[in-house]
Amino acid sequence: MLLRRVWPSRPAFENPFAEFDQLRREMLRVFDAVAGSDSTRDFSAGVFPPMNVTQDDGNFYLRAEVPGIQAKDLSISALRNRVSISGKREIPQESDRVSYHRKERAEGEFSRTVTLPSEVAADRVEAHYADGILTLTLPKAEEAKPRQIAVKS
Amino acid sequence: MLKESTREIRKVEQGSLPTAPEQTRPGPVYSPAVDIFETDDRISLLADMPGVKAQDLKIDLRENVLTLSGHVTAPEVGKEAPVLREYGTGTFFRQFTLSEVIDQGKIDAKLTDGVLRLELPKLERAKPRQITVKVN
Repeated sequence: MLLRRVWPSRPAFENPFAEFDQLRREMLRVFDAVAGSDSTRDFSAGVFPPMNVTQDDGNFYLRAEVPGIQAKDLSISALRNRVSISGKREIPQESDRVSYHRKERAEGEFSRTVTLPSEVAADRVEAHYADGILTLTLPKAEEAKPRQIAVKS
Repeated sequence: MLKESTREIRKVEQGSLPTAPEQTRPGPVYSPAVDIFETDDRISLLADMPGVKAQDLKIDLRENVLTLSGHVTAPEVGKEAPVLREYGTGTFFRQFTLSEVIDQGKIDAKLTDGVLRLELPKLERAKPRQITVKVN
């Protein structure tokens, strides 16, 4: 009897969570409509820090948005085709007498590893931090660089 | 004591205006994350605007509307081919309505490492005062 009360008999769904999923999507749509579509930044699964990786013939460039971080709190390592960035973002404590209206900026430790399409020369990696953006210049390993092949006639 | 003044200053908290003015610069617009907090004599605002340089940041205050707008020029455009893209570059834009209790002439702004810090001092008359009860 108890079982019947907790799980009332109803038609079986193919996916019991389909309804929740639908509801969730509907709610997100409503929130977006109310707040304007600019309100959410397009992070993939809310990772921190968000990164952009680009390349040219000689280098990979990795840029990460890490505003308000001291350079000494960042730790970067590169091995073969993997780059790891870890660090800690601390928001200094304001005095006890403040009352918050909004607190949207997050703090805490983070760690991320990205795999690049080819190996890099780990000993020549350069890191630069300015305006809240960390820029890594990762020279491609010699064997990974594209080579121009001359056609003999 | 703080609660009393909070009511009037709460206007600041109402946040972004429902209708944002139209952009004149093409490209995506992002809303920066902000912290807003208040003490007896000022309101402080911290905003994360990574990639914005001081000369590209505009802070505008007119008719009690505070507008933050910072443009980021994507450094990779043209020369480099994308591999992974997790954030977009464009303009950071956000508006707040300020109440009249802000001393608009004494607003102070600092931009360090992509974080903007705005100090908005309250007018003298808006500061909370302790009232002592006299006994005859």
